[in-house]
Amino acid sequence: MHRNVMLFAGVGLLFVLTGLMQSWNLSLQIFNIGILSAIMALGVNMQWGYAGLFSTGIMGSVALGGLAVVVVSAQPVPEAWAAGGPRLLLSLAFGLAVIAAAVAAYRRLAGHARNWTVAAILVGGFFAYRAIYDPAVTAIEAFNPAVYGNIGGFGLPSLLSWPVGALFAGVAAWAIGKVALGLRSDYLAIATLGIAEIVLAVMKNEDWLSRGVKNLVGLPRPWPVPYEVDLQKSPEFIGWAQSWGFELITSSTILVKLLYMLIFGLVLLALIWVSERMLNSPWGRMMRAIRDNEVSAAAMGKNVTARHLQIFIIGSAVVGMAGAMLTSMEGQLTPGNYSPLRFTFLIWVMVIVGGSGNNWGAVLGGLLLGWLWLIVENAGPVFMGYLTYPLPAGALKAHLIDAAPHLRLVTLGAVLLLVLRFSPKGLIPEK
Amino acid sequence: MLNALVAFLNFVVVPGFAYGSQLALGALGLTLVFGILRFSNFAHGDTMAFGTMWVILITWWFQSMGISAGPLPTALLALPFGIAITCAFVLATDRVVYRFYRQKKAASIILVIVSTGVMFILNGLTRMIIGPEEQSFADGGRFVMTAQQFKDMTGLQEGLAIKSTTAITVVMAAVCVGLLFWFLQKTRTGKSMRAFSDNEDLALLSGINPEKVVMVTWIIATALAVIAGTLYGIDKSFRPFIYFQLLLPIAAAAVVGGLGNPLGAIAGGFVIAFSEVFVTYAWKKVVLYLASVDLAPTQLLQLLSTDYKFAVSFSILIIVLLFMPTGIFKGK
Repeated sequence: MHRNVMLFAGVGLLFVLTGLMQSWNLSLQIFNIGILSAIMALGVNMQWGYAGLFSTGIMGSVALGGLAVVVVSAQPVPEAWAAGGPRLLLSLAFGLAVIAAAVAAYRRLAGHARNWTVAAILVGGFFAYRAIYDPAVTAIEAFNPAVYGNIGGFGLPSLLSWPVGALFAGVAAWAIGKVALGLRSDYLAIATLGIAEIVLAVMKNEDWLSRGVKNLVGLPRPWPVPYEVDLQKSPEFIGWAQSWGFELITSSTILVKLLYMLIFGLVLLALIWVSERMLNSPWGRMMRAIRDNEVSAAAMGKNVTARHLQIFIIGSAVVGMAGAMLTSMEGQLTPGNYSPLRFTFLIWVMVIVGGSGNNWGAVLGGLLLGWLWLIVENAGPVFMGYLTYPLPAGALKAHLIDAAPHLRLVTLGAVLLLVLRFSPKGLIPEK
Repeated sequence: MLNALVAFLNFVVVPGFAYGSQLALGALGLTLVFGILRFSNFAHGDTMAFGTMWVILITWWFQSMGISAGPLPTALLALPFGIAITCAFVLATDRVVYRFYRQKKAASIILVIVSTGVMFILNGLTRMIIGPEEQSFADGGRFVMTAQQFKDMTGLQEGLAIKSTTAITVVMAAVCVGLLFWFLQKTRTGKSMRAFSDNEDLALLSGINPEKVVMVTWIIATALAVIAGTLYGIDKSFRPFIYFQLLLPIAAAAVVGGLGNPLGAIAGGFVIAFSEVFVTYAWKKVVLYLASVDLAPTQLLQLLSTDYKFAVSFSILIIVLLFMPTGIFKGK
């Protein structure tokens, strides 16, 4: 127990040092992203640590969470909605109906009749779907594409998008889990990797939904967090900053980040509390029993597939919520920023380094590696500059300094391999 | 009518064939590693990128010295060196990383996670050495037959062009596959590899040296990966991230064909490649030749936009896994 407190204190010290040596703005920025990474790591820890599921689709959940922010809190675009909204919804509903019909046909029929009917429903349904869908999309994307070209959201408060993000990711996880969870572990990894890429492809290309790679900016901030510009104009804040002798612009940005830290921290603490309760309940013990020996758990009458599906959905929902929080903090959705290395494999390294199966471990890993990942990006070129100091200025030196940010990939790979080899239980082992 | 057929050949069959050959080579490597070492190697795509990077660097070096292969791309000369360097790296990885888990008989999922660690390192090294940008390194003759030559030859409106890289890809793939199967069927080491893949314990009992089998497997898989990566690179272009993403269609090809089954990997490669091209090709041109003018379609007649090609390989993967869990050819 003492050791764990020391570990957390050590990570805290890293952030304090960053604040003292670089800037408090940067330190808080990294800390906020670290909290979000810790939440994602908690979600992954549920899947891997509690239940032993290896999913490589974390990025998909994060992206779906981001999408939820757009749907819930982006400003509505009434003209685009009028142009094709209802027709679009109709086409999506039709698409779902086709899939439902195909599943129903598959369940009811048998033999050759079944194969042909299902194929006919799917192929015919696809063309009919496109016939309804395409004109609607063209109409929506035609409206003022330089600014909108998308259908807009509901314009609701950003806080609301967090549970919706969890819902989106959870529903997606249900669909994926239904299909892929019966499979062997490697297959689940490959299948989820694919799903995440497809989710991202949809977000990059369906301009009507999220403006695709044109990005969607101007998403509102979650409730208590003000805008820096407003703070700098508010007489109360100016008076307060002056009374303490703070510089106006810096203190406003720091206050905003502190507020984010506060709400994200509250969410994180609540999640840790719930996760600890889950893990130490009979349900949690059953999960670990299934993880350690599926056959004997099944023999004890536990429904292994159903429990796997359950934990897969819960874990993905937690990750999805963190994804929504991330997008609402950034205030914009940039699908190009989602990369599997950053949002799938980095989170994995966090869980494994922190200690799989232990919630505190996942949180520690999230904060520590979140710090490392971002600090190496900033400090890498500087460090490389020292390292290559004796070299004469020239192409090689410039290349090495250019390449320094990629050093973090190698570092993380090495950290993962070293931890797996020499301390597979991680920094805070499972009890 | 003939024009429609030629357009179909030019835009669907020929590119599909080249892409299929590249996927098949990649999938062969993946499936061999799975058969012998019994885990899905997530670092395979980045092994391709790493090897191709060396081929590119050596190609540039050759070009700067004025060495060329005449009408053939210089990359083919650089290929053996790229393979050698990558093999050395992969064998070192096996010695330092994988062997420990193999001797401990760790669960395959642990090896998968370990391979993602190797993937990170390879990915980072590739980006550090050559950078994340796109590189193109194809030289030599561009076409075996240009569209114009074909038009002059046949008098048709529609041309059929065969890029020299396409021809090289297909020939190289055929040679590699031929050699691989000869090796697996006829040589002593090849037979012991198949025996090891079929039944590890029995193979060990009959005195097969597992470390040798594993080493040969890594060498073959790496060579195939580098060849596949280089062919993909000269045919299209090289970008580290694209190569990482190639893991998905390659894994799909290997699983569709039956993991661990080399024949299946080849079939799977072509199934995936043709479905991708088929679904993402804009059929307007072909249909224009077939339909009368007043029935001419107004749209592109593209089933899915090319950005969704992953969805194609993924859907096939899921369908096969659900209905034929061991793949088309029986795998493990």
